[in-house]
Amino acid sequence: MPYRIIRIIRLLALSASLLAESAHAEKITIAAAADLKFAMDEIVADFLKSSPADEIDVVYGSSGKFDTQIRQGAPFDLFFSADIAFPRELEKEGLAASEVKPYAVGRIVLWSASMDAGRMTLESLADPKISRIAIANPQHAPYGKRAEEALRNSGLWEKIEPKLVYGENIANTAQFVQTGNAQVGIIALSLAVNPALASRGGYWLIPDKLHEPLEQGYIVTRRAEGNKLARRFADYMGGKAARNVMTKYGFLLPGETAGR
Amino acid sequence: MILSDSDLQAVWLTLRLAGVVTLILLLLGTPIAWWLARTRGWWKGPVGAVVALPLVLPPSVLGFYLLLAMGPEGPFGHFTQALGLGLLPFTFWGLVVASAFYSLPFMVQPLQAAFESIGDRPLEAAATLRASPLDAFFTVAVPLALPGFLTAGILTFAHTVGEFGVVLMIGGNLPGVTRVASVQIYDHVEALEYAEAHHLAGAMLIFSFLVLLGLYAWRPNPRG
Repeated sequence: MPYRIIRIIRLLALSASLLAESAHAEKITIAAAADLKFAMDEIVADFLKSSPADEIDVVYGSSGKFDTQIRQGAPFDLFFSADIAFPRELEKEGLAASEVKPYAVGRIVLWSASMDAGRMTLESLADPKISRIAIANPQHAPYGKRAEEALRNSGLWEKIEPKLVYGENIANTAQFVQTGNAQVGIIALSLAVNPALASRGGYWLIPDKLHEPLEQGYIVTRRAEGNKLARRFADYMGGKAARNVMTKYGFLLPGETAGR
Repeated sequence: MILSDSDLQAVWLTLRLAGVVTLILLLLGTPIAWWLARTRGWWKGPVGAVVALPLVLPPSVLGFYLLLAMGPEGPFGHFTQALGLGLLPFTFWGLVVASAFYSLPFMVQPLQAAFESIGDRPLEAAATLRASPLDAFFTVAVPLALPGFLTAGILTFAHTVGEFGVVLMIGGNLPGVTRVASVQIYDHVEALEYAEAHHLAGAMLIFSFLVLLGLYAWRPNPRG
Protein backbone atom coordinates (compact mmCIF):
# COMPACT_ATOMS: atom_id res chain seq x y z
CA MET A 1 0.00 0.00 0.00
CA PRO A 2 2.64 2.59 0.95
CA TYR A 3 4.55 1.56 -2.15
CA ARG A 4 1.58 2.42 -4.30
CA ILE A 5 1.22 5.79 -2.67
CA ILE A 6 4.88 6.51 -3.30
CA ARG A 7 4.43 5.54 -6.93
CA ILE A 8 1.46 7.85 -7.31
CA ILE A 9 3.36 10.71 -5.71
CA ARG A 10 6.29 10.10 -8.03
CA LEU A 11 4.01 10.08 -11.02
CA LEU A 12 2.39 13.34 -9.91
CA ALA A 13 5.75 14.97 -9.32
CA LEU A 14 6.99 13.85 -12.69
CA SER A 15 3.95 15.12 -14.56
CA ALA A 16 4.07 18.41 -12.65
CA SER A 17 7.71 18.96 -13.60
CA LEU A 18 6.99 18.01 -17.20
CA LEU A 19 4.10 20.44 -17.33
CA ALA A 20 6.24 23.18 -15.90
CA GLU A 21 8.99 22.47 -18.42
CA SER A 22 6.79 22.35 -21.47
CA ALA A 23 4.51 25.26 -20.65
CA HIS A 24 7.32 27.75 -20.00
CA ALA A 25 10.49 26.51 -21.53
CA GLU A 26 11.89 30.02 -21.03
CA LYS A 27 10.72 31.84 -17.97
CA ILE A 28 12.71 33.80 -15.43
CA THR A 29 12.01 35.84 -12.33
CA ILE A 30 14.00 38.98 -11.62
CA ALA A 31 14.43 40.58 -8.21
CA ALA A 32 14.98 44.31 -8.71
CA ALA A 33 15.54 47.22 -6.33
CA ALA A 34 12.50 49.47 -5.88
CA ASP A 35 14.19 52.43 -7.62
CA LEU A 36 14.25 50.42 -10.86
CA LYS A 37 10.46 50.11 -10.99
CA PHE A 38 9.83 52.30 -14.04
CA ALA A 39 13.08 51.73 -15.93
CA MET A 40 13.01 47.93 -15.58
CA ASP A 41 9.36 47.68 -16.66
CA GLU A 42 10.31 49.40 -19.90
CA ILE A 43 13.50 47.40 -20.46
CA VAL A 44 11.67 44.11 -19.96
CA ALA A 45 8.88 45.17 -22.30
CA ASP A 46 11.45 46.14 -24.97
CA PHE A 47 13.32 42.86 -24.51
CA LEU A 48 10.16 40.78 -24.85
CA LYS A 49 9.27 42.52 -28.13
CA SER A 50 12.12 40.65 -29.80
CA SER A 51 11.42 37.35 -28.02
CA PRO A 52 7.67 37.29 -27.35
CA ALA A 53 7.56 33.59 -26.42
CA ASP A 54 9.56 34.18 -23.25
CA GLU A 55 8.16 35.17 -19.94
CA ILE A 56 9.81 37.48 -17.41
CA ASP A 57 8.43 38.30 -13.99
CA VAL A 58 9.92 41.21 -12.07
CA VAL A 59 9.60 41.55 -8.31
CA TYR A 60 10.46 44.96 -6.83
CA GLY A 61 11.55 45.51 -3.27
CA SER A 62 14.45 46.43 -1.02
CA SER A 63 17.86 45.08 -1.94
CA GLY A 64 18.65 43.91 1.58
CA LYS A 65 15.49 41.81 1.69
CA PHE A 66 16.27 40.19 -1.66
CA ASP A 67 19.79 39.43 -0.45
CA THR A 68 18.36 37.58 2.55
CA GLN A 69 15.80 35.79 0.43
CA ILE A 70 18.36 34.61 -2.15
CA ARG A 71 20.50 33.21 0.66
CA GLN A 72 17.42 31.27 1.76
CA GLY A 73 16.91 29.84 -1.71
CA ALA A 74 14.35 32.26 -3.16
CA PRO A 75 13.50 31.49 -6.81
CA PHE A 76 15.13 34.57 -8.37
CA ASP A 77 17.22 34.12 -11.51
CA LEU A 78 18.67 37.62 -11.65
CA PHE A 79 19.23 40.11 -8.87
CA PHE A 80 19.49 43.85 -9.56
CA SER A 81 20.64 45.50 -6.36
CA ALA A 82 20.58 49.21 -5.54
CA ASP A 83 23.87 48.63 -3.70
CA ILE A 84 26.55 46.63 -5.46
CA ALA A 85 27.80 45.39 -2.07
CA PHE A 86 24.94 42.87 -1.81
CA PRO A 87 25.63 40.96 -5.07
CA ARG A 88 29.37 41.12 -4.30
CA GLU A 89 28.75 39.35 -1.00
CA LEU A 90 26.57 36.75 -2.74
CA GLU A 91 29.28 36.13 -5.32
CA LYS A 92 31.87 35.69 -2.59
CA GLU A 93 29.70 33.04 -1.01
CA GLY A 94 29.27 31.16 -4.27
CA LEU A 95 25.64 32.15 -4.80
CA ALA A 96 26.22 33.82 -8.17
CA ALA A 97 26.47 32.20 -11.60
CA SER A 98 28.01 35.29 -13.21
CA GLU A 99 30.44 37.98 -12.24
CA VAL A 100 29.02 41.09 -10.59
CA LYS A 101 28.27 43.65 -13.27
CA PRO A 102 27.67 47.32 -12.49
CA TYR A 103 24.63 48.59 -14.39
CA ALA A 104 24.05 52.11 -13.11
CA VAL A 105 24.93 54.79 -10.63
CA GLY A 106 21.95 56.18 -8.75
CA ARG A 107 21.41 59.83 -7.87
CA ILE A 108 19.38 61.33 -5.04
CA VAL A 109 17.16 64.40 -5.27
CA LEU A 110 15.09 66.63 -3.05
CA TRP A 111 11.49 66.22 -4.07
CA SER A 112 8.25 67.76 -2.88
CA ALA A 113 4.64 67.34 -3.98
CA SER A 114 3.49 70.68 -2.59
CA MET A 115 6.47 73.04 -3.00
CA ASP A 116 8.82 73.81 -5.87
CA ALA A 117 11.75 71.66 -4.81
CA GLY A 118 13.60 72.87 -7.93
CA ARG A 119 14.33 76.11 -6.08
CA MET A 120 15.46 74.43 -2.89
CA THR A 121 18.83 73.32 -1.64
CA LEU A 122 19.66 71.12 1.31
CA GLU A 123 19.89 74.29 3.45
CA SER A 124 16.18 74.96 2.79
CA LEU A 125 15.37 71.87 4.85
CA ALA A 126 16.28 73.76 8.01
CA ASP A 127 13.38 76.17 7.35
CA PRO A 128 10.94 75.92 10.29
CA LYS A 129 8.04 75.80 7.82
CA ILE A 130 9.20 72.33 6.88
CA SER A 131 8.27 70.00 9.71
CA ARG A 132 8.56 66.55 8.14
CA ILE A 133 11.26 65.26 5.80
CA ALA A 134 11.18 61.70 4.50
CA ILE A 135 14.26 59.66 3.71
CA ALA A 136 14.68 55.91 3.26
CA ASN A 137 15.83 54.01 6.34
CA PRO A 138 19.64 54.54 6.45
CA GLN A 139 20.01 51.35 8.47
CA HIS A 140 19.43 49.14 5.44
CA ALA A 141 18.21 51.12 2.38
CA PRO A 142 21.08 52.24 0.09
CA TYR A 143 19.33 55.51 -0.85
CA GLY A 144 18.75 56.24 2.83
CA LYS A 145 22.45 55.77 3.57
CA ARG A 146 23.39 58.24 0.84
CA ALA A 147 20.76 60.72 2.02
CA GLU A 148 22.21 60.60 5.52
CA GLU A 149 25.73 61.09 4.15
CA ALA A 150 24.65 64.11 2.11
CA LEU A 151 22.99 65.69 5.16
CA ARG A 152 25.98 64.97 7.38
CA ASN A 153 28.52 66.22 4.85
CA SER A 154 26.65 69.49 4.45
CA GLY A 155 26.62 69.90 8.22
CA LEU A 156 22.83 69.81 8.45
CA TRP A 157 22.24 66.43 10.09
CA GLU A 158 21.88 67.65 13.69
CA LYS A 159 19.45 70.39 12.70
CA ILE A 160 17.35 68.20 10.45
CA GLU A 161 17.33 64.84 12.19
CA PRO A 162 14.37 65.68 14.50
CA LYS A 163 12.22 66.28 11.40
CA LEU A 164 13.12 63.04 9.65
CA VAL A 165 10.72 60.16 9.07
CA TYR A 166 11.99 56.92 7.60
CA GLY A 167 10.50 54.98 4.71
CA GLU A 168 10.95 51.23 4.48
CA ASN A 169 12.37 51.59 0.97
CA ILE A 170 12.72 54.41 -1.53
CA ALA A 171 9.25 53.92 -3.06
CA ASN A 172 7.65 53.99 0.38
CA THR A 173 9.59 57.21 1.09
CA ALA A 174 8.19 58.77 -2.09
CA GLN A 175 4.66 57.82 -0.93
CA PHE A 176 5.12 59.74 2.31
CA VAL A 177 5.91 62.84 0.23
CA GLN A 178 3.31 62.21 -2.48
CA THR A 179 0.50 61.98 0.09
CA GLY A 180 1.71 65.24 1.65
CA ASN A 181 2.43 63.65 5.00
CA ALA A 182 6.03 64.77 4.61
CA GLN A 183 6.52 68.10 2.81
CA VAL A 184 9.87 67.12 1.34
CA GLY A 185 11.76 63.92 0.78
CA ILE A 186 15.09 62.69 -0.47
CA ILE A 187 14.29 60.10 -3.12
CA ALA A 188 15.85 58.46 -6.16
CA LEU A 189 16.15 60.61 -9.28
CA SER A 190 14.78 57.61 -11.20
CA LEU A 191 11.49 57.97 -9.30
CA ALA A 192 11.36 61.77 -9.44
CA VAL A 193 11.57 61.86 -13.25
CA ASN A 194 8.61 59.50 -13.56
CA PRO A 195 5.60 61.39 -14.98
CA ALA A 196 3.42 60.52 -11.99
CA LEU A 197 5.79 62.39 -9.68
CA ALA A 198 7.45 64.83 -12.09
CA SER A 199 4.12 66.59 -12.72
CA ARG A 200 4.13 67.81 -9.13
CA GLY A 201 6.49 70.09 -7.27
CA GLY A 202 9.73 69.49 -9.14
CA TYR A 203 13.05 68.22 -7.82
CA TRP A 204 16.56 69.40 -7.02
CA LEU A 205 19.53 67.18 -7.80
CA ILE A 206 21.74 66.72 -4.75
CA PRO A 207 25.42 67.14 -5.76
CA ASP A 208 27.01 63.71 -5.81
CA LYS A 209 30.19 65.01 -4.20
CA LEU A 210 28.18 65.08 -0.96
CA HIS A 211 27.83 61.32 -0.73
CA GLU A 212 29.47 58.03 -1.66
CA PRO A 213 28.45 56.83 -5.12
CA LEU A 214 25.31 54.71 -5.30
CA GLU A 215 26.92 51.99 -7.33
CA GLN A 216 24.37 49.45 -8.46
CA GLY A 217 25.14 45.97 -9.69
CA TYR A 218 23.53 42.73 -10.77
CA ILE A 219 24.24 39.03 -10.94
CA VAL A 220 22.75 35.91 -12.42
CA THR A 221 22.06 33.77 -9.36
CA ARG A 222 23.48 30.29 -8.93
CA ARG A 223 19.99 28.89 -9.33
CA ALA A 224 19.91 30.16 -12.95
CA GLU A 225 23.24 28.60 -13.88
CA GLY A 226 22.87 27.41 -17.47
CA ASN A 227 19.54 29.22 -17.93
CA LYS A 228 19.76 30.70 -21.43
CA LEU A 229 17.07 33.33 -20.99
CA ALA A 230 18.73 34.63 -17.82
CA ARG A 231 22.03 34.85 -19.64
CA ARG A 232 20.44 36.60 -22.63
CA PHE A 233 18.72 39.14 -20.44
CA ALA A 234 21.93 39.77 -18.50
CA ASP A 235 23.70 40.50 -21.79
CA TYR A 236 20.82 42.69 -22.97
CA MET A 237 21.23 44.86 -19.84
CA GLY A 238 24.77 45.73 -20.97
CA GLY A 239 23.60 46.66 -24.50
CA LYS A 240 22.83 50.06 -25.97
CA ALA A 241 19.02 49.79 -25.87
CA ALA A 242 18.86 49.03 -22.16
CA ARG A 243 21.49 51.65 -21.37
CA ASN A 244 19.45 54.29 -23.19
CA VAL A 245 16.41 53.47 -21.09
CA MET A 246 18.46 53.67 -17.91
CA THR A 247 19.73 57.13 -18.93
CA LYS A 248 16.20 58.24 -19.73
CA TYR A 249 15.13 57.35 -16.19
CA GLY A 250 17.85 59.39 -14.54
CA PHE A 251 20.55 56.82 -13.92
CA LEU A 252 24.18 57.53 -14.68
CA LEU A 253 25.85 54.67 -16.49
CA PRO A 254 28.89 52.95 -15.00
CA GLY A 255 31.20 54.39 -17.69
CA GLU A 256 30.08 57.94 -16.93
CA THR A 257 31.09 58.12 -13.30
CA ALA A 258 34.37 59.86 -14.04
CA GLY A 259 32.90 63.32 -13.55
CA ARG A 260 31.83 62.56 -10.02
CA MET B 1 18.38 39.03 28.13
CA ILE B 2 20.70 40.67 25.64
CA LEU B 3 18.48 43.43 24.33
CA SER B 4 20.05 46.73 23.33
CA ASP B 5 18.73 50.08 24.53
CA SER B 6 16.94 50.67 21.24
CA ASP B 7 15.35 47.21 21.49
CA LEU B 8 14.12 47.97 25.00
CA GLN B 9 12.83 51.33 23.82
CA ALA B 10 10.88 49.55 21.07
CA VAL B 11 9.49 46.99 23.54
CA TRP B 12 8.42 49.70 25.99
CA LEU B 13 6.78 51.68 23.18
CA THR B 14 4.96 48.56 22.00
CA LEU B 15 3.61 47.83 25.50
CA ARG B 16 2.54 51.46 25.92
CA LEU B 17 0.77 51.45 22.55
CA ALA B 18 -0.99 48.16 23.29
CA GLY B 19 -2.03 49.40 26.74
CA VAL B 20 -3.48 52.68 25.48
CA VAL B 21 -5.29 50.96 22.60
CA THR B 22 -6.77 48.34 24.93
CA LEU B 23 -8.09 51.02 27.31
CA ILE B 24 -9.57 53.08 24.48
CA LEU B 25 -11.19 50.05 22.90
CA LEU B 26 -12.64 48.96 26.24
CA LEU B 27 -14.44 52.30 26.34
CA LEU B 28 -15.46 52.33 22.66
CA GLY B 29 -15.92 48.62 22.07
CA THR B 30 -18.14 47.88 25.06
CA PRO B 31 -21.15 49.99 23.94
CA ILE B 32 -20.76 48.71 20.37
CA ALA B 33 -20.66 45.10 21.57
CA TRP B 34 -23.62 45.69 23.91
CA TRP B 35 -25.67 47.23 21.14
CA LEU B 36 -24.75 44.42 18.71
CA ALA B 37 -25.72 41.83 21.32
CA ARG B 38 -29.07 43.41 22.18
CA THR B 39 -30.38 44.93 18.96
CA ARG B 40 -32.70 43.22 16.55
CA GLY B 41 -32.59 46.06 14.02
CA TRP B 42 -31.42 45.65 10.45
CA TRP B 43 -28.33 47.76 11.21
CA LYS B 44 -26.88 44.87 13.17
CA GLY B 45 -25.62 43.16 9.99
CA PRO B 46 -23.80 46.13 8.41
CA VAL B 47 -22.30 47.31 11.73
CA GLY B 48 -21.13 43.80 12.59
CA ALA B 49 -19.56 43.50 9.14
CA VAL B 50 -17.72 46.83 9.47
CA VAL B 51 -16.41 45.82 12.89
CA ALA B 52 -15.11 42.54 11.45
CA LEU B 53 -13.47 44.15 8.39
CA PRO B 54 -9.96 44.44 9.89
CA LEU B 55 -9.98 40.63 10.34
CA VAL B 56 -9.96 40.11 6.59
CA LEU B 57 -8.47 43.33 5.16
CA PRO B 58 -4.75 43.21 4.41
CA PRO B 59 -2.83 45.71 6.59
CA SER B 60 -1.63 47.32 3.37
CA VAL B 61 -5.21 48.32 2.50
CA LEU B 62 -5.82 49.72 5.97
CA GLY B 63 -2.41 51.46 5.99
CA PHE B 64 -2.93 52.95 2.54
CA TYR B 65 -6.35 54.42 3.36
CA LEU B 66 -5.21 55.66 6.75
CA LEU B 67 -2.18 57.37 5.20
CA LEU B 68 -4.44 59.14 2.69
CA ALA B 69 -7.23 59.90 5.18
CA MET B 70 -4.90 61.24 7.86
CA GLY B 71 -2.79 63.26 5.37
CA PRO B 72 -3.17 67.02 4.77
CA GLU B 73 -5.63 66.38 1.90
CA GLY B 74 -7.61 63.68 3.70
CA PRO B 75 -10.88 64.15 5.61
CA PHE B 76 -9.43 62.97 8.88
CA GLY B 77 -6.35 65.15 8.32
CA HIS B 78 -8.59 68.21 7.80
CA PHE B 79 -10.38 67.34 11.02
CA THR B 80 -7.24 66.94 13.17
CA GLN B 81 -5.75 70.11 11.69
CA ALA B 82 -8.93 72.07 12.41
CA LEU B 83 -8.71 70.89 16.01
CA GLY B 84 -5.13 72.16 16.12
CA LEU B 85 -3.74 68.65 16.60
CA GLY B 86 -1.71 68.69 13.39
CA LEU B 87 -1.32 65.59 11.27
CA LEU B 88 -1.39 62.13 12.79
CA PRO B 89 0.94 60.05 10.57
CA PHE B 90 4.39 59.56 12.11
CA THR B 91 3.03 60.20 15.63
CA PHE B 92 2.25 57.94 18.58
CA TRP B 93 -1.41 58.99 18.52
CA GLY B 94 -1.56 58.22 14.82
CA LEU B 95 -0.55 54.67 15.67
CA VAL B 96 -3.14 54.59 18.45
CA VAL B 97 -5.92 55.56 16.01
CA ALA B 98 -4.70 53.06 13.40
CA SER B 99 -4.37 50.28 15.97
CA ALA B 100 -7.82 51.01 17.37
CA PHE B 101 -9.27 50.30 13.92
CA TYR B 102 -7.03 47.33 13.44
CA SER B 103 -7.82 45.66 16.78
CA LEU B 104 -11.51 46.63 17.02
CA PRO B 105 -12.91 43.14 16.22
CA PHE B 106 -10.67 41.56 18.86
CA MET B 107 -12.40 43.68 21.49
CA VAL B 108 -15.96 43.71 20.17
CA GLN B 109 -16.46 40.10 19.14
CA PRO B 110 -15.59 38.35 22.45
CA LEU B 111 -17.60 40.99 24.34
CA GLN B 112 -20.58 40.57 22.04
CA ALA B 113 -20.46 36.79 22.53
CA ALA B 114 -20.26 37.27 26.31
CA PHE B 115 -23.22 39.68 26.37
CA GLU B 116 -25.28 37.41 24.14
CA SER B 117 -24.64 34.40 26.37
CA ILE B 118 -26.14 36.27 29.36
CA GLY B 119 -29.55 36.21 27.70
CA ASP B 120 -32.58 38.32 28.60
CA ARG B 121 -33.62 36.73 31.88
CA PRO B 122 -31.05 38.20 34.31
CA LEU B 123 -31.77 41.65 32.88
CA GLU B 124 -35.54 41.16 33.12
CA ALA B 125 -35.06 40.07 36.72
CA ALA B 126 -33.05 43.23 37.37
CA ALA B 127 -35.80 45.32 35.76
CA THR B 128 -38.48 43.79 38.01
CA LEU B 129 -36.28 44.84 40.95
CA ARG B 130 -36.53 48.35 39.54
CA ALA B 131 -32.93 48.61 38.41
CA SER B 132 -32.47 51.20 35.66
CA PRO B 133 -30.98 49.86 32.39
CA LEU B 134 -27.64 51.52 33.18
CA ASP B 135 -27.73 50.13 36.71
CA ALA B 136 -28.55 46.66 35.36
CA PHE B 137 -25.71 46.91 32.88
CA PHE B 138 -23.10 47.63 35.53
CA THR B 139 -24.43 45.43 38.34
CA VAL B 140 -25.66 42.45 36.29
CA ALA B 141 -24.26 42.36 32.76
CA VAL B 142 -20.67 43.43 33.47
CA PRO B 143 -20.04 40.97 36.31
CA LEU B 144 -21.60 38.14 34.29
CA ALA B 145 -19.53 39.08 31.23
CA LEU B 146 -16.30 39.47 33.17
CA PRO B 147 -14.59 36.46 31.52
CA GLY B 148 -15.51 38.02 28.16
CA PHE B 149 -13.92 41.31 29.20
CA LEU B 150 -10.71 39.52 30.16
CA THR B 151 -10.57 37.57 26.92
CA ALA B 152 -11.30 40.68 24.86
CA GLY B 153 -8.73 42.77 26.72
CA ILE B 154 -5.97 40.18 26.42
CA LEU B 155 -6.66 39.49 22.74
CA THR B 156 -6.75 43.21 21.91
CA PHE B 157 -3.50 43.82 23.76
CA ALA B 158 -1.74 40.86 22.15
CA HIS B 159 -3.03 41.66 18.68
CA THR B 160 -1.82 45.27 18.95
CA VAL B 161 1.61 44.01 20.04
CA GLY B 162 1.66 41.88 16.90
CA GLU B 163 0.78 44.73 14.55
CA PHE B 164 3.27 45.39 11.74
CA GLY B 165 2.03 46.28 8.26
CA VAL B 166 -0.08 49.29 9.22
CA VAL B 167 2.65 50.69 11.45
CA LEU B 168 5.20 50.35 8.65
CA MET B 169 2.95 52.30 6.30
CA ILE B 170 2.01 55.22 8.54
CA GLY B 171 4.66 55.17 11.28
CA GLY B 172 7.77 56.57 9.61
CA ASN B 173 9.95 54.39 11.87
CA LEU B 174 10.76 57.01 14.54
CA PRO B 175 12.66 55.64 17.54
CA GLY B 176 10.60 55.89 20.73
CA VAL B 177 7.59 57.26 18.81
CA THR B 178 6.54 54.79 16.13
CA ARG B 179 9.32 52.20 15.96
CA VAL B 180 7.54 49.29 17.66
CA ALA B 181 9.12 45.91 18.35
CA SER B 182 7.85 44.25 15.17
CA VAL B 183 9.34 47.04 13.02
CA GLN B 184 12.59 46.92 15.00
CA ILE B 185 12.86 43.18 14.23
CA TYR B 186 12.17 43.85 10.55
CA ASP B 187 14.94 46.47 10.47
CA HIS B 188 17.39 44.09 12.13
CA VAL B 189 16.61 41.42 9.53
CA GLU B 190 16.88 43.90 6.64
CA ALA B 191 20.26 45.07 7.92
CA LEU B 192 21.32 41.40 8.17
CA GLU B 193 21.71 41.74 11.97
CA TYR B 194 20.38 38.25 12.59
CA ALA B 195 21.66 37.90 16.15
CA GLU B 196 19.84 41.06 17.26
CA ALA B 197 16.75 39.97 15.36
CA HIS B 198 16.84 36.60 17.15
CA HIS B 199 16.92 38.14 20.61
CA LEU B 200 13.93 40.38 20.07
CA ALA B 201 12.01 37.88 17.94
CA GLY B 202 12.59 35.17 20.54
CA ALA B 203 11.31 37.48 23.27
CA MET B 204 8.18 38.20 21.21
CA LEU B 205 7.60 34.50 20.62
CA ILE B 206 7.83 33.66 24.31
CA PHE B 207 5.64 36.61 25.27
CA SER B 208 2.93 35.68 22.76
CA PHE B 209 2.97 32.05 23.80
CA LEU B 210 2.68 32.91 27.50
CA VAL B 211 -0.20 35.31 26.87
CA LEU B 212 -2.13 32.71 24.89
CA LEU B 213 -1.25 29.95 27.34
CA GLY B 214 -2.60 32.09 30.17
CA LEU B 215 -5.73 32.78 28.18
CA TYR B 216 -6.47 29.17 27.30
CA ALA B 217 -5.40 27.67 30.63
CA TRP B 218 -7.50 30.16 32.54
CA ARG B 219 -10.60 30.14 30.31
CA PRO B 220 -13.28 28.17 32.13
CA ASN B 221 -15.02 25.35 30.34
CA PRO B 222 -17.95 27.01 28.55
CA ARG B 223 -20.26 24.14 29.54
CA GLY B 224 -19.05 23.92 33.13
